[in-house]
Amino acid sequence: MSLVEIENVHKSYGQLEVLRGVSLNIDEGEIVAVIGRSGSGKSTLLRCINGLEPIQSGTIRFDGEQVNAPKTNLRQLRQKVGIVFQSFNLFPHLTAERNITLGLTVVKKMPLPEAKEIARKVIVQVGLEDKLTAYPDMLSGGQQQRVAIARSLAMSPKLMLFDEITSALDPELIGEVLRVLADLAKDGMTMMLVTHEMGFARNVAHRLVFMHDGEIGEEGPARAVLDAPKTPELSSFLGSVLV
Amino acid sequence: MIDAGSTAFFSAIGACLDPQIIWLLVSSVPGGLWVSAIPEATQRISGHLGLRVDYTFRFRDVWRHQDLLLEGAVLTLQLSGSAIVFGVLIGVLGAGMKTSQFRQLRWIVEVYVEVIRNTPLLVQLFIVFFGLPSLGIKLDAITAALITLSINLGAYLVEIIRAGVEAIAKSQIEAGLSLGMSRLQLFRYVILFPAVKIIYPAAASQFVLLLIASSVASLVGAVDLFHAGAFIESRTFRSLEAYLVITAIYLVMALFFRAAFAGIYHVVFVRR
Amino acid sequence: MRELVTGDFIWLLFAARWTLGLTVVAIVGGSLIGVIIMVLRVVPLAPARAVAIAYINVFQGTPVLGQLLIIFFGIPILTGANVSPWAAAIVSFSLYAGAYLGEIWRGSVQAIPKTQWEASASIGLSTMEQLRYVIVPQAFRISIPPTIGFWVHLVKDTSLASILGFIELTRAAQIMNAATFRPMTVFLTIASIYFVICFVLTRLSARLEGRLRVAR
Repeated sequence: MSLVEIENVHKSYGQLEVLRGVSLNIDEGEIVAVIGRSGSGKSTLLRCINGLEPIQSGTIRFDGEQVNAPKTNLRQLRQKVGIVFQSFNLFPHLTAERNITLGLTVVKKMPLPEAKEIARKVIVQVGLEDKLTAYPDMLSGGQQQRVAIARSLAMSPKLMLFDEITSALDPELIGEVLRVLADLAKDGMTMMLVTHEMGFARNVAHRLVFMHDGEIGEEGPARAVLDAPKTPELSSFLGSVLV
Repeated sequence: MIDAGSTAFFSAIGACLDPQIIWLLVSSVPGGLWVSAIPEATQRISGHLGLRVDYTFRFRDVWRHQDLLLEGAVLTLQLSGSAIVFGVLIGVLGAGMKTSQFRQLRWIVEVYVEVIRNTPLLVQLFIVFFGLPSLGIKLDAITAALITLSINLGAYLVEIIRAGVEAIAKSQIEAGLSLGMSRLQLFRYVILFPAVKIIYPAAASQFVLLLIASSVASLVGAVDLFHAGAFIESRTFRSLEAYLVITAIYLVMALFFRAAFAGIYHVVFVRR
Repeated sequence: MRELVTGDFIWLLFAARWTLGLTVVAIVGGSLIGVIIMVLRVVPLAPARAVAIAYINVFQGTPVLGQLLIIFFGIPILTGANVSPWAAAIVSFSLYAGAYLGEIWRGSVQAIPKTQWEASASIGLSTMEQLRYVIVPQAFRISIPPTIGFWVHLVKDTSLASILGFIELTRAAQIMNAATFRPMTVFLTIASIYFVICFVLTRLSARLEGRLRVAR
């Protein structure tokens, strides 16, 4: 049994069909990178996995539990699926530390001292131990994104979803965020990331999925897919991003 | 002079608001029908709440003075319409002065805006109507109300207009200047339309608020819609009915103009 | 007719406490009603929203003078109990304030970006927890300047309670004017008193707006 099992998922916004029968499995410990043009449905697919976007048909199972069943407790499921957004989405009124401990104390009912212990651990993991008491607006974009990663990590998720997390960053800040991701990969975290960083996908991801027009256009081992695209769509996409 | 001007203005607007034409529209709704259902309903509701009511609503007594209501409504619309015209003039002038390079001019506008916005409309009206005669300036109630309402509206519009013009991004202005536009061309082609688009919704809601607030004019004796209510009350002693009816008329007018302003916005600004 | 004396100005100054008192009580009452209106306005239940919208339209679309008089004449008729101008003014201004405050607060909650809801849902917070820890604290900060801005309106609008004969600042001035017939002096005096109260609040609101723009 795979950790994530996506079967023939269809999703549309009104008339616009954004996912047209997508099937994909992710095994524990696997790192899957999703690439594709904007509007190809890659972010939507990611957001369906933790139930942020409802789907019209098909099934999505996480850890054996069906995400899109009405009786599923999404709150419990989301504790096991971390997600990091393009625009960080830190809580601006809370310090970095409180951003991280909020889920622990409120959702997991953990005593505050214990939660703070975990916050310290994860903030070290992302290399920001001196920023624990800072508010988001005092941090650079790269630092905010690392706090956002720490916030998700603190919940000790089984799967981490990354939704174009470097797209809103200045070029010189991208490196620090990708380094955190590479460390996570080394630790064996299961990850699915939507990204435009082809070099990173090639070096870190085990598997690469190319989304095109709401369908999976091509998938396979990252290097193989990138080095020898089989479809003209992927060739042209790669041609347009790898200048 | 102001008086003569405003009278001419009133008659111009009045021509568009011929009471007879409006009356045809209003009377096509059988007034007696809907109001006669109210007393029974009230008694039933109060009965449920355990309240004792031995009051019979008599809207017919109020309705009998429909001509007064209509005349009052027309005056209210004329008064508000004129105040909006003058208020917009004051607002544009004030906003222009606020961007002036002369500090004194900016300061005058700032004082004007703060003083008006931080004192009650009613007190402003009392100063104009009761206070000015002691300086030898005698105004009739309607003129006093028109002056007060215009000055009051103008103060709010100065801020709305200034904020609207300032909201046009610097980048837009820089783009215009890089095309070699003159200041006037820049204003005409780059600033005006988007600025009006930003200003319009806030200004329109001020207009509707002004229509409602113009009811204070009745307190110095202007025979507007609210005054008609007070007059009917004194004639019929049906206080509640009188004020329910005129308040409902204000509500209908406010909702109508809000919808109309929104419709205009849609036609002018959204379809482009 | 008699001359204005220093004591008269002090009397006017003291009448301001009724203006302030009426404002404060209306703020308290209006806040309670405002919370109800805000909730009715956002719950996913069409009839509740319709009731809230109708309420808001009525109180924002009619003259305060009309509202005051309807309450003043209506309460005795509906309840059989007599009502003092003070009580009628409190009820009327509370209902009125509720409509505006409810809308201000709804706008503040809806101004919080959807991404904040998503981020807090993603760490497993329930809707109530999202509101309590993430949405309301931020909405509260946004709502402070417009809320104080509305208080300024309320201070000014209480002048209309004079129509019921309730002696606040404006009514006091009318009485004083009738006795001394010095309208310019009397009305300019109370205008200054209103100005001081409102200007302090306006400055406070502008100051907080500047400070709170730094999101925190």
